[in-house]
Amino acid sequence: MTQQLASTPPSRPRRVLPTGEREQQVLDRIERARRRRPKLREERITMSHGAGGKATHTLIEAIFLDAFRNPLLEPLEDAARLQVGKATVALTTDSFVVSPLFFPGGNIGDLAVNGTVNDLAVAGATPMYLSAGFILEEGFPVADLTRIAESMRDAAAAAGVAVVTGDTKVVEKGKADGCYINTAGVGAVAAGVDLGVANARPGDKILVSGPIGDHGVTIMLARGELDIEADVESDTAPLAELVASLLGAVPGVRALRDATRGGVATILNEIAKAADVGVLISENAIPVRDQVRGAAELLGIDPLYVACEGRLVAVVDGDQAAQALAALRAHPLGAQAAIIGEVTAEPVGLVTIKTAFGGTRIVDLLVGDPLPRIC
Amino acid sequence: MRFVDEFRDADKAHALAARIAALCEPGRQYKLMEVCGGHTHTIYKHGLEDYLPESITLVHGPGCPVCVIPMGRVDDAIHLASQPDVIMTSFGDMMRVPGSNGAFFDANARGTTIKMVYSPLDSLKIALANPDKRVVFMAIGFETTAPSTAMTVLRARAQGIKNFSVFCNHVTIIPAIKAILDSPDLRLDGFIGPGHVSTVIGCRPYEFIARSYGKPVVVAGFEPLDILQSIYMLMLQLHEGRSEVENQYARVVPWNGNPVALKAIGETMELRPYFEWRGLGFISHSALKMREACADFDAELLFDVPGVRVADPKACQCGEVLKGVLKPWECKVFGTACTPETPIGTCMVSPEGACAAYYNYGRLNRQRVPEAISIEPSRP
Repeated sequence: MTQQLASTPPSRPRRVLPTGEREQQVLDRIERARRRRPKLREERITMSHGAGGKATHTLIEAIFLDAFRNPLLEPLEDAARLQVGKATVALTTDSFVVSPLFFPGGNIGDLAVNGTVNDLAVAGATPMYLSAGFILEEGFPVADLTRIAESMRDAAAAAGVAVVTGDTKVVEKGKADGCYINTAGVGAVAAGVDLGVANARPGDKILVSGPIGDHGVTIMLARGELDIEADVESDTAPLAELVASLLGAVPGVRALRDATRGGVATILNEIAKAADVGVLISENAIPVRDQVRGAAELLGIDPLYVACEGRLVAVVDGDQAAQALAALRAHPLGAQAAIIGEVTAEPVGLVTIKTAFGGTRIVDLLVGDPLPRIC
Repeated sequence: MRFVDEFRDADKAHALAARIAALCEPGRQYKLMEVCGGHTHTIYKHGLEDYLPESITLVHGPGCPVCVIPMGRVDDAIHLASQPDVIMTSFGDMMRVPGSNGAFFDANARGTTIKMVYSPLDSLKIALANPDKRVVFMAIGFETTAPSTAMTVLRARAQGIKNFSVFCNHVTIIPAIKAILDSPDLRLDGFIGPGHVSTVIGCRPYEFIARSYGKPVVVAGFEPLDILQSIYMLMLQLHEGRSEVENQYARVVPWNGNPVALKAIGETMELRPYFEWRGLGFISHSALKMREACADFDAELLFDVPGVRVADPKACQCGEVLKGVLKPWECKVFGTACTPETPIGTCMVSPEGACAAYYNYGRLNRQRVPEAISIEPSRP
């Protein structure tokens, strides 16, 4: 049943005041400033550059896109789509530096496999082959490495991929934090599949495949620095099967993303910018586990920005949203899927949220990691 | 979720909004200041202004502890962190506050070790785990966080921890409010009083505002309904011509404050003769330093602190924003030169800062947002 949310506040009578006009001028000026090519101002890399927010985007555009610019890279999607002979192939790579290496619900090994599998899956590809590169710190326990490799083996089997090539490097004690893993993957893209956030258009619906923020909160708590305990575990999982059943059931899927670093909010912003549309979501509709909400509330961070490792965001033709929801919910990994919002014509480039309280606000990209507030 | 969702009930908000609107006298404009940055954050995060009639303007006050730290103190802290064998600890939202040569994050990229902690007590754990290092806690905040710093120092003393000290930047709320009340360019009708500070100092210290300045004060909680109810209570006082201190946050704030917390502060800290506030300048008796009895834990005595003074950037109008004279977007550099990525003024740094809150959450022409969203709510 579709319904108008009752929580829309009384529309505020708005006279056209000179103040309002001046404010709008400022807002327009800001939007113009935001469209300019970002400049990298820092002289050194800071932790913010790795957080997946604005600082990461600026770094990628100012350094990497600038150096490597080509039409395959430019869309900055999770995987590049290439023609190899007659076949369309998706190629992606991802590095894993998670700390701690072992956490409730998984470890760096299954994360490294699932992360790359998911980047291929959301590009509409069937994941096939993976590479694995290891950077190990002198002194790292072999027993731990065995556990990690076994987890990778199991995750690869579950996702139907094979690790077919690899590399091992060891660095001196102190030059790395135990074990880092890089994986790259290739997958086959079926004819006619063309997913990308730039395809979003007004009227489309936005879905998530399950409760958000589980992985990020699990990692924060597993670091043991917070003295908070909660019954929550990482959602790390391979999404290829879920994607295949969604694409099989719904022709009108425009884009898929897995909501990793930067969380769902970052993806919604990428949709709004890439497609020159607005994105409007409803806080009441977003599935978040109570444990995750509670921990995030205590820390003063927003689950919308917290990483998931087994959740996708789908942009679907509005007329087929119910079908898409049913298709997702039919799979165990999508059992708690939800329609969380829609693509709108205005305001262009902005993500807005109707809060549970009944107000409206922006959901912007964060600069870096969400910082806990002091009071 | 219990104890959260009850305070975010949209139906109750509608009812309160109607009662607030009914109290507005035609033609009169109301300016209410929320003193505390936590309130500013709540107001924007939940879109609370959508419930207010146009004649009520919320002015965002100076109660963001990160925002009022002058650049010179950030430079001093980085200088401290650059000393041999020093690990500095700091609350998270201090990490991006710019000094004259970058913020803590940038200092770390140049080689300092400044670690984020969630409680000052975590600094003691770090000190115990690193006996060959000197751990300095960058203490900031109003009376809200001062007791936890005080307790940490008392515990360090009790446990005989020698490699821990505090770089004390605690400030007190009353002198800041007084500075604002005495500011000639300001007209306010009432105050939404800070909630967390008042759990420590209680409600009595605000009585002079009602008595001497004739402005009503309502100490408020941090959920959106708390704030809406406080606005209603303020409007009711104004409507009835009263100016009193009222406590909306009685479920947490005792009228006389928390004597244990106050005692801990008193045992370890004392008022400084004066302290520089970003944007507001020097205010006398507005900050705390370590007492002589705690000299062993006073980083300002243990280390050579240069006492850097840096003028606020000329283009920055944080002071006017903090006093509520300017709205964030009225600042010359707002959103163009000064953004959350590259903040010039501290109002842009912390999510509690008025400018950052407006930029992150409120930068929006509401007429362009569709009124309703037509989706099926899936959360029970």
